[in-house]
Amino acid sequence: MTGAKPLLEVEDLRVEFETRVGLVRAVRGVSFTVGREKVGIVGESGSGKSQTGRAILRLTPQPGRVTAKKLDFDGIDLLKADERTMRDIRGKRIAMVLQDPKFSLNPVMSVGKQIAEAYRAHGGVGAKEAERKALEMLAAVKMRDPERVYRAYPNELSGGMGQRAMIAMMLGTEPDLLIADEPTSALDVTVQMQVLAILDDLVTQRGMGLIFVSHDLNLVASFCDRVLVMYAGRIVEQLRASELSQAQHPYTQGLLAALPRIDRPVAELQVLKRDPAWLGEGA
Amino acid sequence: MTGAARRLRGMAEPLDAGQPMLAAEDLHVRFADVHAVRGAGFAVADGESYGIVGESGSGKSTVLRAVAGLNPNWTGSIRIAGETMGRHRPRSFHKRVQMVFQDPYGSLHPRHTVDRVLSEPLAIHGMDDAENRIERVLREVGLGPAFRFRFPHQLSGGQRQRVAIARALILEPQVLLLDEPTSSLDVSVQAEILNLLARLRAEHGLTFVLVTHNLAVVAHMCDRLAVMNQGRIVEELSVDQLRANEPAEAYTRQLLKASLGYDREAARALATFD
Amino acid sequence: MSAASVTTQGWRAWLLAPEPKSRAQAKLGQAYLGWLAFRRNPLAMVGLGIILALLAVAALAPWIAPASPIAQDLSLRLLEPDATHWFGTDELGRDIFSRIVWGARITLTIVALVVVIVAPVGLVVGTAAGYFGGWFDAVLMRVTDVFLAFPRLILALAFVAALGPGIENAVIAIALTAWPPYARIARAETLTIRNADFIAAARMTGAGPMRILVGHVMPLCLSSLIVRVTLDMAGIIIIAAGLGFLGLGAQPPSPEWGAMIASGRRFLLDQWWVATIPGLAICTVSLGFNLLGDGLRDVLDPKQQ
Repeated sequence: MTGAKPLLEVEDLRVEFETRVGLVRAVRGVSFTVGREKVGIVGESGSGKSQTGRAILRLTPQPGRVTAKKLDFDGIDLLKADERTMRDIRGKRIAMVLQDPKFSLNPVMSVGKQIAEAYRAHGGVGAKEAERKALEMLAAVKMRDPERVYRAYPNELSGGMGQRAMIAMMLGTEPDLLIADEPTSALDVTVQMQVLAILDDLVTQRGMGLIFVSHDLNLVASFCDRVLVMYAGRIVEQLRASELSQAQHPYTQGLLAALPRIDRPVAELQVLKRDPAWLGEGA
Repeated sequence: MTGAARRLRGMAEPLDAGQPMLAAEDLHVRFADVHAVRGAGFAVADGESYGIVGESGSGKSTVLRAVAGLNPNWTGSIRIAGETMGRHRPRSFHKRVQMVFQDPYGSLHPRHTVDRVLSEPLAIHGMDDAENRIERVLREVGLGPAFRFRFPHQLSGGQRQRVAIARALILEPQVLLLDEPTSSLDVSVQAEILNLLARLRAEHGLTFVLVTHNLAVVAHMCDRLAVMNQGRIVEELSVDQLRANEPAEAYTRQLLKASLGYDREAARALATFD
Repeated sequence: MSAASVTTQGWRAWLLAPEPKSRAQAKLGQAYLGWLAFRRNPLAMVGLGIILALLAVAALAPWIAPASPIAQDLSLRLLEPDATHWFGTDELGRDIFSRIVWGARITLTIVALVVVIVAPVGLVVGTAAGYFGGWFDAVLMRVTDVFLAFPRLILALAFVAALGPGIENAVIAIALTAWPPYARIARAETLTIRNADFIAAARMTGAGPMRILVGHVMPLCLSSLIVRVTLDMAGIIIIAAGLGFLGLGAQPPSPEWGAMIASGRRFLLDQWWVATIPGLAICTVSLGFNLLGDGLRDVLDPKQQ
């Protein structure tokens, strides 16, 4: 983290859903900051990690309710911002990449057109300029033949290419913050590495902030600078990624021990024993 | 221990010494315009746990489905306990070989109770004492009798996978084909299921063929593994060789490196894209 | 809490038990949950009410109807609705209310017969074509296409013209023209189910094609078929009434609603009730089936669960 004021400040963020069976508290008072760095949010399904990412962009699905003491992005109060300001922020200053590019890309429009469209909408550039930039970004995410990918439709791309096309679309507007929700879970390990390398470059070279939401503890530990471990809607532990092996919280320790490892054979994997105390108050 | 354990339980005639439980030779699988498996061959000994790893599109699941008889478009030879298999599998095959699928949400019929899922195989094979068998197998996979009359949507992902394992076990097979059995589960649930599978293998002397993209899971569960790429087995190695980081093939080394987590330098060195 | 509500709690708890003790309890519990969801939809409840009322009227026709539906009394011709003849009388002095009540039986008979023929045929043809595929699928679906290619009423007309008028022939004619869409739906559902892992798992246990079709595929096609049948009921009633109207369905003096409209249309301007009342009956029942079908779709559609 740079010494300056953080890019994003989140304090006591709560996301609640009113359902037929009662109030579901998906996120229960989460506080963290993100600077120009790679912050990982890890947790199992239902831990609230994805809802945390969505709440920042005010993309919480209906009938969800978001409250926070503070949700501050570069001096803008995201909770109070009107829908127009949010539209400006989304895609332009904060971008989001989701797990499956198939659901995020329009199937009846060529990939290049969609990317150029996004640049025109947010960057205020002309058609020619947008096309030039789209090709440039496709090359930047290491597409071997940007021209071909530009003309291709989403179904003609492999999963890894689709995800990189998404990243090209999101990053062409040079956002300050990227929220990536399981961006590589659907990808093969080698492709995953390549996608991560692109994200890594963007953070280190352009000074972008990255929130990396994932279930994969190993991956987050090796990729991110800091890790927030979420359990049942709360952050149970925050630590430097390099110090993950010295995690203090029994949940983090349990998750680490439950992972089979190539370099450390065990006869039997440790099974996570959930302690009701981890839920904290108000569960 | 495994072969002996089964013989003690009187489950099936022992194999001749040295005869593999499962052997595939020169296996090819063709779909309309794709040659998905191009001459794969491997042999798995009785009681062994054999892994097949590869990335998506490598043909690893296709091999498993061909062995299982779920895919008729194959050529080559498949032998189970010395018996040559054809397109259509005899009833005895299903008593000997069972399968667990990747997605526990998709592998259980949404309108069938656990009880129905488990009693149907018994009815098909005319096995008696259904009542006791169902109770026993539910206990074995760590689900009590309380789960017997529930529907899949009333179960968690891990519980569903336990039901799927129970369904595979209830016919008392010798071979379990496992197709990414834990890849759609959370890490903590994965540990429970892997432990369960390991325990069941030890107790029943089962032979495993485990298909996965996760090298760590293979390293934990298997004795030997095959690495597949573009329809071919590029390398066969022992788990000890894998752990010692001694694969012979560049592809395997790259896969291993990528599995160990993000590494800036390794990412740069990866072969080109697309 | 009163004693009554305690016993209510008892069977509700039994139905909603998270750990059912038998298959029957599990199935009933699911059905009860479906009913709870259905009950929340007021329009669907209205539809259900209409259909239940129709069933009750048909079952109790001899007791509800004040007069015989076919007894003529020319001295009472074309009377306006009043206290004795709630819906008035027709050109032969028959009590229209009684005719509507008895006509409910005819309408229900037609609907029931058509459904009994159409749904199983559509289900079997569609699931078999979808599951086995190949030339079997091609042949069955081309036959289906042939039937689909004709406008429904025209084809029914042709059949009735060939077979002779009458309710039985009308039913056969409607059934012959109504099954293809069901086969199409069942086939489409089967195609998505066929490659599911749970079908592969059933094959792995050694289940044969018949067991898979009947025990695994059909139950999943059934709900969309039930919804479609319910929604189609309205159409079936209207075609039956149309055939009756054209004189090709039920024959006089039988109180079939369509035939009643046909005979009443001559008096439409001066004695509106003769044709309008059976028309309203057809409308109401069709609406009832439509509302019920919409409600069932919300509850049964597996895609929404």
